[in-house]
Amino acid sequence: MSLALTHLSLSHFRSHRWAEIAVDARPVAIYGPNGAGKTNLIEAVSLFSPGRGLRRASAADMARRPQSLGWKITGDLTGPEGPQEISFVSEDGAARSITINDKSANQIALGRIARTVWLIPAMDRLWIEGAEGRRRFLDRLTLSFFPDHAQASLDYEKAMRERNRLLKDSVRDPHWYHALEKQMAHSGALLTANRQETLDRLKAAQADAETAFPAADLDLVQSEGSLPPAENDLREALAESRFRDMGAGRTLVGPHRTDLYGVFATKGVPAAECSTGEQKALLISLILSNARALAQDFGASPILLLDEVAAHLDATRRAALYGEIVALGAQAWMTGTGSELFAELGGQAQYLEVTEEAGESRVHIRD
Amino acid sequence: MIRNSSPIDRLIDLMARLPGLGPRSARRAVLHLIRKRAHLLTPLAEAMTEVAQTARECLNCGNVGTSDICPICTDEARANGLLCVVEEVADLWAMERSGTFKGRYHVLGGTLSALDNVGPEDLRIPQLLRRIGAENVTEVILALNATIDGQTTAHYIADQLEPQGIALSSLAQGVPIGGELDYLDDGTITAALNARKRL
Ligand SMILES: Nc1ncnc2c1ncn2[C@@H]1O[C@H](COP(=O)(O)OP(=O)(O)OP(=O)(O)O)[C@@H](O)[C@H]1O
Ligand SMILES: [Mg+2]
Ligand SMILES: [Zn+2]
Repeated sequence: MSLALTHLSLSHFRSHRWAEIAVDARPVAIYGPNGAGKTNLIEAVSLFSPGRGLRRASAADMARRPQSLGWKITGDLTGPEGPQEISFVSEDGAARSITINDKSANQIALGRIARTVWLIPAMDRLWIEGAEGRRRFLDRLTLSFFPDHAQASLDYEKAMRERNRLLKDSVRDPHWYHALEKQMAHSGALLTANRQETLDRLKAAQADAETAFPAADLDLVQSEGSLPPAENDLREALAESRFRDMGAGRTLVGPHRTDLYGVFATKGVPAAECSTGEQKALLISLILSNARALAQDFGASPILLLDEVAAHLDATRRAALYGEIVALGAQAWMTGTGSELFAELGGQAQYLEVTEEAGESRVHIRD
Repeated sequence: MIRNSSPIDRLIDLMARLPGLGPRSARRAVLHLIRKRAHLLTPLAEAMTEVAQTARECLNCGNVGTSDICPICTDEARANGLLCVVEEVADLWAMERSGTFKGRYHVLGGTLSALDNVGPEDLRIPQLLRRIGAENVTEVILALNATIDGQTTAHYIADQLEPQGIALSSLAQGVPIGGELDYLDDGTITAALNARKRL
């Protein structure tokens, strides 16, 4: 059983005025010149998961310019939870509304049936840039295991924003802080537990795998101090931190400051100090481990979106990646500028060529 | 559209501002009222005038009625030691419709929200604390929404009542997340109340 989109249609989504694609569960190789609309196409697929998609863009930005009226995406999903008809509509720049099997649904419900993870070129600097990007990457993987992670994040963020406002306004009412810290501790402990459990599963999947990609040793670290994992301890830590937090005007302890620390396992070298190609290989390794673990857990590998993944890989590595994706049975949507980048896949994949004609993207199904 | 401000147009504009109505449905409603002038429009106008003159908030609990103290607060039979705290008057009315709750209410008038500039003094929280002693309350039921703001408010109140040795409970799970009491059917409210859990 695999998780796959079998039918996708886009209307007025970025450079695509109208596109309709029927595919099967095999990997989808997408090629075409720069600016043709390849990334836009997989961005549309990335919306089949909670959040704002792989560019983290607003729904307004996704509306096809210059009309910018709104857009619609529909897709048929097959997977362990049975066939699902999913559609997204954004009107007048409003956030997308979600319909699952003709019933309006929320992001949490979407996360339960559709699991999607991605690698995009912007992540090439993930290991050397700020903690935020790594945290977001980790949360995306975590979300694929624990759909409720999205709700816990929303709850935590909301309570923290309330607390930060009290701090900024120098409100001193201890009961008010206590009420908010209780909720931050509750959802915060869940966030940490989910993330830790995700790392454990990735570790196990890496240990069992036969793969050409290097294993990473992963740990949760705090940018400062330590993070008590238990709810009560987290609540106390927040209470103790009030005075200092008031000086800073924001909350200084908590899972919103968690960072992901990675080490190239066989070499013992921190990911940030590895070569560009090695850093990329570590990310690919994590995505593949995530897919393996989820195949066991959820019964199917997630849908993978790999934007320009072939660009930094030599022919051997490329063949290895394709081999592992095919073995996993993952519907991986991959982009590249030329079809030769996918030569090693042969008949194990299906091919889409994207071209630009008169300011419109066109998607052609190729053999 | 040309808008000469005839009384009829004014009425349509006002009606269109009501929750659940838009310009189209307001026009339909006004035409209907005019057609039923004697049976509907005149009595409606009279009822509205009367409500405009007499409606007020109960000084004790925040319920909306026509007297300074509402009938629930004056009914001694309802002083059974139970006090149900709700966010809005609509929630109180929803509980009353279900008919299961025999105690008294306290309407906060909203929830705590630092981001929206709503603090304890903007809600009827000081009044609530005063009522506990004055009305011999033994159990407070926090029937607040399962939103972050609703739950923050619940924790805030619980925090201050705990030292006073009052039993505290909240409505049972099954009240949908962010779902307001007003939207629940009577059976659901009754079940949530009967299965309330101690905090
Ligand atoms: N909202 C929008 N409306 C119309 N066009 C848009 C919108 N957003 C982006 N575009 C255009 O879509 C085009 C294709 O973008 P996309 O990123 O998909 O290209 P690509 O095929 O991935 O190219 P590359 O190989 O360079 O990565 C760009 O020229 C971009 O300006
Ligand atoms: Mg691109
Ligand atoms: Zn009253």
